[in-house]
Amino acid sequence: MIISFTVNNQPQKVEIEDPNTPLLWVVRDILDLKGTKFGCGKAACGACTLLVDGQAIRSCSYAVKFAEGKQVTTIEGLGTPENPHPVQQAWIEEVVPQCGYCQPGFMMATAALLNENPKPTDEDIDQNIINICRCGTYYRMRKAIHRAAELTGDTNDSTPKL
Amino acid sequence: MNRKVLYSLAFVFLVAGILFASHFDANPSSYVLIKPEEPISNINKENFDKMMSVLMHQRCVNCHPNDNIPKQGDDRHPHYFGMSRGASNHGYEATKCATCHQDENNNYSGVPGAPEWSLAPEKMKWEGLTSVEIAESMLDPERNGGRNHEEVMHHLTEHELVLWAWDPGVDANGVPREKPPVALDEYIKVVKEWFEDGAVIPSE
Repeated sequence: MIISFTVNNQPQKVEIEDPNTPLLWVVRDILDLKGTKFGCGKAACGACTLLVDGQAIRSCSYAVKFAEGKQVTTIEGLGTPENPHPVQQAWIEEVVPQCGYCQPGFMMATAALLNENPKPTDEDIDQNIINICRCGTYYRMRKAIHRAAELTGDTNDSTPKL
Repeated sequence: MNRKVLYSLAFVFLVAGILFASHFDANPSSYVLIKPEEPISNINKENFDKMMSVLMHQRCVNCHPNDNIPKQGDDRHPHYFGMSRGASNHGYEATKCATCHQDENNNYSGVPGAPEWSLAPEKMKWEGLTSVEIAESMLDPERNGGRNHEEVMHHLTEHELVLWAWDPGVDANGVPREKPPVALDEYIKVVKEWFEDGAVIPSE
């Protein structure tokens, strides 16, 4: 079966035997985009979070067939070193990561949250950012999410909605 | 036969009747109250009980919570990760049902899925209610989304999210989820019969 979709604004066609293969494995093993991580494989930890048509999804639990015709954004497509996404910029400013393994999932979840809610409160963050970080960087992430909201507000005209 | 003889005979029959009746036990428990509608209500009760055994099963009630928190599993525990109803029955703004639940079960991750995966609206909270209370809620247009009986019947027997209960997939450990206690064909039959018989809710 051939699945056609867009990944980080690049059209992709993937031939796959099992259309129920998780999108995570297609992104990582076929498209060689290793930023999206495998954590639990049960849609619980959030390390595999990426965006499909701007919505956060757990790619370990998302059959690739559902991506047909859709726009997929991974951490590699969020921004560039020269022009980082506000979430990436905030993560750098607040020195959020420790080991870093779970951070792409948190950043994609945060990007999705800011798409829906440009000024999230602490309660909004608690409700929406439910990924798991074994290093316990939650405190710095909360600061970074608020900072990303400020940066998004500052650059609202130039930041494309994912 | 003159009038005197007639009066005598009537008196004899009256006394005989009283004596005859006094020899029978007049205990009320020996009587069977016959209600004209009993055959219908018996059918209704059986169908009602089968239907409600399904609707009160965890596959159904887990998404009809009384506290806005979806339940999971056969032990009906609160949904992990602090998930809640949100503004539109689909979770929070960015982390919503569809973040994890798609249109089909995912047997790799054990995440269940079906079209229109969501919590039932808040007015349709069934958790903790009796079968009669659930049925009353289900037939009340104020609480059932304005549906008439036929629309409720179609919802109960045709909606993909309802029918998911008989194809619930496996859990996170790969163990098949428990299905409702009545087979799907039998469930559809009894629901339709119950509505055809007037959707009578038995007294508790």
